[in-house]
Amino acid sequence: MNLNELHAKLVKVARKNPPTDRVPYAFEKRIMSRLASPAPANDWALWGRPLWRAAVSCVAITILCGVWSMATARPVESTTESFSQDLEAAVFAPLNTSVEDAW
Amino acid sequence: MEPTDAELIAAVLNGDSASFEPLIKKYQPRVFATARRYARRESEVEDIVQEVFIKAFRKLPGFRGDAPFEHWLMRLAVRTCYDFLRGHQRNRETAFSELTEPETDWLERVVVQPGDEAENAEAARQLVDKILSRLSPPARMVITLLEIEDRTVKEIAVLTGWSVALVKVRAFRARAEMRKILKSITKEKYL
Repeated sequence: MNLNELHAKLVKVARKNPPTDRVPYAFEKRIMSRLASPAPANDWALWGRPLWRAAVSCVAITILCGVWSMATARPVESTTESFSQDLEAAVFAPLNTSVEDAW
Repeated sequence: MEPTDAELIAAVLNGDSASFEPLIKKYQPRVFATARRYARRESEVEDIVQEVFIKAFRKLPGFRGDAPFEHWLMRLAVRTCYDFLRGHQRNRETAFSELTEPETDWLERVVVQPGDEAENAEAARQLVDKILSRLSPPARMVITLLEIEDRTVKEIAVLTGWSVALVKVRAFRARAEMRKILKSITKEKYL
């Protein structure tokens, strides 16, 4: 069976039998009454606006905190060498303390 | 003398909602016919048509009047039908065993004697509906608009909002999908 032929036959049938354009009685009245009634409350929409405002405020506060933090930060004085010494001291501090306590 | 579409639309935009009713009465047959191509149950068809007109009412301020109102409304209708198809994808699969006896008989007659004009148009129509319902939403939309309604690629692009290139790609894929379904139906039954 040639599938193209079957396809063509099915399309021919579909064309010969278009769907009806019958309209249920007074359907336009139904639509008009639906348009006239108030839209149902959308809970998400009710929350949406205040949440968006809160989000904008939070972003603004975050930016301000970041700017203030950067403005008031002390300049870094230690060089790479002193940094490594500081790191070593910090890492071994618990060891030194515990050894002294033991003795 | 009856008011024109432009006059009715202007009245609605000026606050006279009742002027929308004559527009609904005028175009609802066409919208119903379109919706019936994509939904089987009458309750679904009514939901689609209702949604089309509610959307049309709400989007009326955006209607520029460049094209006739009917064209604008039909674009809305086609896109609403497409959204419906996408929302009901889970109902797509129809097992071959669900074909009725008249449908199977029609198919058998067409397969065995392709030259014959098989009788029982109702069974044929229902078979076509079932096969179309197995297609993916874009495939069904393209096959319906391109082959059954015999629209041009450009018209389909305008109706659906897809680019011309996308319509062509979807048409190619839709035919392949259709071919696959027809192959599976005939193979299951006749091999």
